[in-house]
Amino acid sequence: MAEAQSADPGLYAFQPYRNRPRIVWPGGKTVAVWVAPNLEYYEIDPPANPHRKSWAKPHPDVVGYAHRDHSNRVSHWRMAEVMSRHGFPGSVSLSVALCQHHPEVVEDGARRGWEFFSHGIYNTRYAYGMDEAQERAIIEDSIETVQAATGQRIRGWLAPALTHTPRTLDLIAEYGLDYTCDLYHDDQVGDVKVTRGRLASIPYSLEVNDHYGFFVYNMSPRDYADTLIRQYERLASEGAASGTVMCIPLHAYLIGQPHRIAAFERVLEHIAGDGRAWIARAGEIIDAWRGQQAGDGA
Amino acid sequence: MTLDPSYLTYPKRQLGYDHDLYSWSAIKDRPKLRWPGDKGVAVWFCVSLEWFPLTPSDTPFRAPGHMVTPYPDYRHYTAREYGTRVGFYRLLDAFAKAGVTASIAINSTIAERYPELIVEIVGAGHEIIAHSTDMNGTIASGLPIEQERALIARSLDTIERVAGTRPRGWLSIARSQSFNTLDLLHAAGLVYGCDWVNDELPYRFSNGLLNLPLNHELSDRQVIAVQQQSADSYAEQLGDAFDWLAREAGQTDARLLPVHLTPYISGLPYRIDAIETMIADLAGRAEAWVAPGGAIVDAWAAQEANA
Repeated sequence: MAEAQSADPGLYAFQPYRNRPRIVWPGGKTVAVWVAPNLEYYEIDPPANPHRKSWAKPHPDVVGYAHRDHSNRVSHWRMAEVMSRHGFPGSVSLSVALCQHHPEVVEDGARRGWEFFSHGIYNTRYAYGMDEAQERAIIEDSIETVQAATGQRIRGWLAPALTHTPRTLDLIAEYGLDYTCDLYHDDQVGDVKVTRGRLASIPYSLEVNDHYGFFVYNMSPRDYADTLIRQYERLASEGAASGTVMCIPLHAYLIGQPHRIAAFERVLEHIAGDGRAWIARAGEIIDAWRGQQAGDGA
Repeated sequence: MTLDPSYLTYPKRQLGYDHDLYSWSAIKDRPKLRWPGDKGVAVWFCVSLEWFPLTPSDTPFRAPGHMVTPYPDYRHYTAREYGTRVGFYRLLDAFAKAGVTASIAINSTIAERYPELIVEIVGAGHEIIAHSTDMNGTIASGLPIEQERALIARSLDTIERVAGTRPRGWLSIARSQSFNTLDLLHAAGLVYGCDWVNDELPYRFSNGLLNLPLNHELSDRQVIAVQQQSADSYAEQLGDAFDWLAREAGQTDARLLPVHLTPYISGLPYRIDAIETMIADLAGRAEAWVAPGGAIVDAWAAQEANA
């Protein structure tokens, strides 16, 4: 039986981008900048999901698989070093099975003070078609796996390969997660309507995601860097009226390639040296925002 | 409909990979490596030389760059042949001018059809690696193993017959393999393959075959043909990559910069100047050791005992 579908997802109230309550980030900063490396594991021969194909080619899709594997073998280490050098912690969108396959990658992030949230079990296992019990199983698996590997209780969710069901957001809120990265309707943090608990939407970004930059918009490394700087400059300027959020979502196998990383490093230098950026983890941004909401203040 | 319960079981969720084709290794943990002449960055130029039949095959898949229009697609057939007749000679001249040698990944049909081209390649000291039979010789799961074995043998035998030397390296069309390919390549006596883009140094598969990663993101096909950036931008990106790798290699370690070129893309009159300058620029870097793939895997293997 097909699930009931609704034309309006009913996720949030319409709130125009003017006359909003003023958000001020710690230290009087105007834009909260967070970097979201996707630390992923793609399976070489995943089972079929009836609603979405995993790989473009018959398994093994050598280039597809090996490209992702480049992250864990090579480019994570390069990207992470550049981030640390300029004082940017990661808030990691994690395929939690990476904790089993390549624990040293996860340990490296934890050692650098990075925050972890769930990006599903594998990026080749999709939520499409899951019933409630199955969706609960992957949420519980995520919570337990990350806790065991890092000691952190996950607070956020980015659906595996961005595959959602209409109940995902209600369920993660019920489990006490307090932010979602799956909604792209704003440049500020906002509440999401859920049946139980409370959930905030933190701006992630498809538009300045390195995957979009390089594989949708086909930008050169330097064009992508310029895009990030323009994005930053505008959000830092508008944030003087009410604090904005800029996310830089990354995949090491893209941004960490040798022809791209130097241009990216110049972006981090620019943002770190500008003075208007609050460089933070996702959870810290949610906390700072929550603390300024009516009824939530101290 | 609910997903089958097996969709939430993960039988390969274990330490290491979900396959045993090769084992886990982060680049930071590798033993130090140095290229001949105490150089830090091996620059590997690899040129694909391909023959596209006017009758494309979709079994198991149609190769990138293959025929597009209804038969007869003279447009694409001849535009690809332009690369072989004209563009490739421009690249040969560019290598000669820079005083470097490259790997030339050829369809064996190229050797059969254009033996004078092979004489030229061999005479200039370039290495020939096997790149299937022709551009209908694609490999993917679904290709019966006997056909795949025969395809590999035919490619190697033909090239050996014309060139006088059996290729030691293999590049699949579109870097596409079946689960049988690595063992078939190894059994055919090949020393190395170039299909797996998961690393920036050579490594050894479980069966003993070497992988020399030919980064598809640094190819003219990806940057110029797919992403539609200019030849100038491509050259600039390779220069940026070299600078970064040289910094990582420093005085005590080594890195690899693979540059994958296609004659019908890079060999055009309006692009070749930028490509020629790029080749000369990389060849002229103090940290560069420009070498064909076979020499690079040999240099790596000679230091493998340090591992």
